[in-house]
Amino acid sequence: MEVWALQLFNGLSLSSILLLIALGLALSFGLMNVINLAHGEFIMIGAYTTYALQQAALSFTGDPQSGVTFLIAIPVSFVVAGAAGYVVENALIRFLYRRPLDTLLATWGVGLFLQQLARSIFGAPNVQVVAPPWLGSALTVTSDLVLPIKRVFILALVTACIGGLYWYMYRSSEGRRMRGVMQNREMAASLGVSTRRVDSFTFALGSGLAGIAGCALTLIGPIGPSLGTFYVVDAFIVVILGGLGQVPGTILAALIIGMLNTMLEFGTTAVVGKVLVFAMVILFLQWRPAGLMRAKGR
Amino acid sequence: MTTMSSIITVVRNASAPVRVHDRIGSWIAPAIMLAVLLAAPAVLSDFRIALLGKFLTFAMLAISLNLIWGYAGMLSLGHGVFFGLGGYAMAMYLKLESAGGKLPDFMFWSGLTELPFFWAPFKYAWFAIPMTFVVPAVLAGALGYLVFRSRITGVYFALITQALALIVSILFIGQQAYTGGTNGITNYTTIFGYALNAPSMQLTLYYASVAALTVAYLLCWWLISSRLGRLLVAMRDDENRVRFSGYDPAVLKTLVFSLSAGIAGVAGALFTPQVGIISPTMMGIVPSIEIAIWVAVGGRGVLLGAVIGAVVVNGAKSGLSESFPAVWQYFLGLLFIGAVLLFPSGIMGLLRGEGWQRPWWLSREQIRGAISRLVPGATR
Amino acid sequence: MIGNLNNPASRNGSRPTPDLSQPILSVENLTVSFDGFTVLDELNFAIGYGEMRFLIGPNGAGKTTLIDVITGKSKPSKGRIIFDGTTDLSRRQEYQLVRLGVGRKFQTPSIFASLTVYQNLEVTLGFRSRITRLLGKPRRGESDRIMSTLEEVGLQHRAQDVAGGLSHGEKQWLEIGMLLVQEPKLLLLDEPVAGMTRRERDRTGELLQSIGGERSVLVVEHDMDFVRQFAQTVTVLHLGKVLSEGTMEDVQQDPEVIRAYLGNSRSQRPQAGRLNGRREAEHAAPVAAD
Repeated sequence: MEVWALQLFNGLSLSSILLLIALGLALSFGLMNVINLAHGEFIMIGAYTTYALQQAALSFTGDPQSGVTFLIAIPVSFVVAGAAGYVVENALIRFLYRRPLDTLLATWGVGLFLQQLARSIFGAPNVQVVAPPWLGSALTVTSDLVLPIKRVFILALVTACIGGLYWYMYRSSEGRRMRGVMQNREMAASLGVSTRRVDSFTFALGSGLAGIAGCALTLIGPIGPSLGTFYVVDAFIVVILGGLGQVPGTILAALIIGMLNTMLEFGTTAVVGKVLVFAMVILFLQWRPAGLMRAKGR
Repeated sequence: MTTMSSIITVVRNASAPVRVHDRIGSWIAPAIMLAVLLAAPAVLSDFRIALLGKFLTFAMLAISLNLIWGYAGMLSLGHGVFFGLGGYAMAMYLKLESAGGKLPDFMFWSGLTELPFFWAPFKYAWFAIPMTFVVPAVLAGALGYLVFRSRITGVYFALITQALALIVSILFIGQQAYTGGTNGITNYTTIFGYALNAPSMQLTLYYASVAALTVAYLLCWWLISSRLGRLLVAMRDDENRVRFSGYDPAVLKTLVFSLSAGIAGVAGALFTPQVGIISPTMMGIVPSIEIAIWVAVGGRGVLLGAVIGAVVVNGAKSGLSESFPAVWQYFLGLLFIGAVLLFPSGIMGLLRGEGWQRPWWLSREQIRGAISRLVPGATR
Repeated sequence: MIGNLNNPASRNGSRPTPDLSQPILSVENLTVSFDGFTVLDELNFAIGYGEMRFLIGPNGAGKTTLIDVITGKSKPSKGRIIFDGTTDLSRRQEYQLVRLGVGRKFQTPSIFASLTVYQNLEVTLGFRSRITRLLGKPRRGESDRIMSTLEEVGLQHRAQDVAGGLSHGEKQWLEIGMLLVQEPKLLLLDEPVAGMTRRERDRTGELLQSIGGERSVLVVEHDMDFVRQFAQTVTVLHLGKVLSEGTMEDVQQDPEVIRAYLGNSRSQRPQAGRLNGRREAEHAAPVAAD
């Protein structure tokens, strides 16, 4: 029983990180019909931002485990990755809006460039971010079910981000404009919404969420220049399964993929688990080609 | 000067994908290129020929991707998988021949005691060689039919094939006992009973690559200049209209995707004996998407462009990446961006005079001014 | 009002009378719903062999949906569509329907922009061929057939031009040509004159009349001037049902039709209540207003 509860928890933990990564992809796909292959590198940027902040704090205070540094790192990762996304959108992607396949290739080039940049600055070997001490403990539910606080923290962090995104999309006027452009770009534009501004901001927002995901990943293991590629393909599968840039679909798909991955890996091996998930997604699309959620209408 | 412009005219004619009236041109430029390739061993060292032989298998791979991407508009980011499968099928034969009836070394190390059943028939060349085409073609056919039947196109198709590249490569890494794991399959000494490292055998393999590339080129050229080829272009333009014209796009796309994968597999089969190794690093996400940049640099939608792009990019890579790996990574990144943004029709497009796209940070006037300053009297 | 009609009587004579007892297409109790909206509501409808029928109706009446269902793009929740005596169309794939002889033109021109005009027709002409046939040389006589079709739609002088460079009207004719070369038994045209100039519109009307007699044609149209000018039999669709059917004069005088188009405060309210949640209003270009 406890074994399954632990698997459920691990699945939820993986789902939450996938979700944070996939949401940014889904938003920009829903809005601009482009997929950013450099999205993984925005995760990497978030992770290295956390690392750099800690190194800076270390040289000033000599205390590598300052919990405050990590808390500061979360918004800073968001801002740094978001700014990088803003720059990429403005300098590159907006010139490729009607060429989604070319966007894939160009953003892959951006990703290669950013990875090499990280290698040049931080070195090719993986580095380790030291988790603050208060995240080092574990939460004892029963004697057999012990949940690491780190993972509980990540879960809480993702929940907070989803809450923030929900507020932004459905409660702020900026978010209302974004939804407007998503539903009907021409109409929104003719009603005076600056679609350029909405595009850049949404892209930056998605990149920033990836940055937070990168920050959270520093708690789980060492980080390296190609950190993002490991997670981003799963996130693509989440977006495909979720359906045309639908936020509720993406949330559901992230839950399903995360859970399936964890459960199947537990029952078989990591590799077989991944193969099975891929096969299941392909077969699912036979039944619902548009994914879990599709846009309503004729 | 005149020779240069006449060559350009020839190449220009060669590269129009859908025009009927300049077919003669599409023979001359490739014929010159074929003559150059056949004569190359007389001029180049053995080392250079071995390198060029490897590039030709990449050129064949690029042609196979160009067929589906440049013409039918389906960007596969998993073509390394099909190349790798062909390479593995060939490597299985080579390994079994070199092992001489014994269990291949890596299986022994992984604790296998007898040959897995699916390895057994690969000791026959008559089985292994067709399999280098059939295995990738069947995998692509099965995946393609499911995907195209669900009307998954464009970015979705690209991402699914990318996931395929990830999954197949980790599957091959994970199944060490059957695939050699991360190291792949290597250390073979003979092919068809002859020593593999003899210069004459390397030369034979080079000529085999030239022949295979020629056959692949002719096959694709025949396909795209037929009505089926125009149907592929039609599907790229408006798939719905093709469907409402009485064709089943799923079947057509599956067929051409499967053929393309088969050609990629044969390219892989020629790669393995020339390079001496096939490993999962040849079929992951990174090598698979690099194929697309070869095609983009050469010129998509032009068969010859794929050949030129593969040779040029890989030539640059082997020149740069060994001495300056970091520079190469930056360069490759910029190449992806630049090829898409500035030169969307690639080298062939430049030769055809389609030119380049104006960089977004410059106005027309700025460009004109710069040109007139550099080359007085050049602006029209 | 009737004065606007262009001598329909003289045209009636040149056309074979449709045999209504033997329809080429008959739609029986067809119901289509999307997310709870009933778009077609137990619709019954038929077209005879060789008949040219105009389908009109206010926005949201279900005209395009009807064409979608006939061509397999949408699936009905209830009902049958019998084509050519026996075949039930509602269970077939789009491409199978085309092979049975149902051709469809979309509202916005849908052509192959990077092929030449000639190649556009050549590609659609091969629709019954096997793959091996598509790899070989074209059959003898195909070229003549393509050229004569191009002549019919008035594009013979543009045969070697790339289709993406055609004007909007020419693209519309090209799409009609791509259908005609396949010799369909039933042609479904969704707003063929939308966005055309007056001259292009008149030419399209003449084109429709010339192809009419040989095959059945169903035209969905919003342009009432065009309908008045070229239509003999008109079916008015309203709220997913046939509201009226007959000659243009009959239909224009039908009080139900007038009410549907103009809206009548007394009869409108119960209808709106019955279809609560319908997205599109029942008002549109007034058929009988001028």
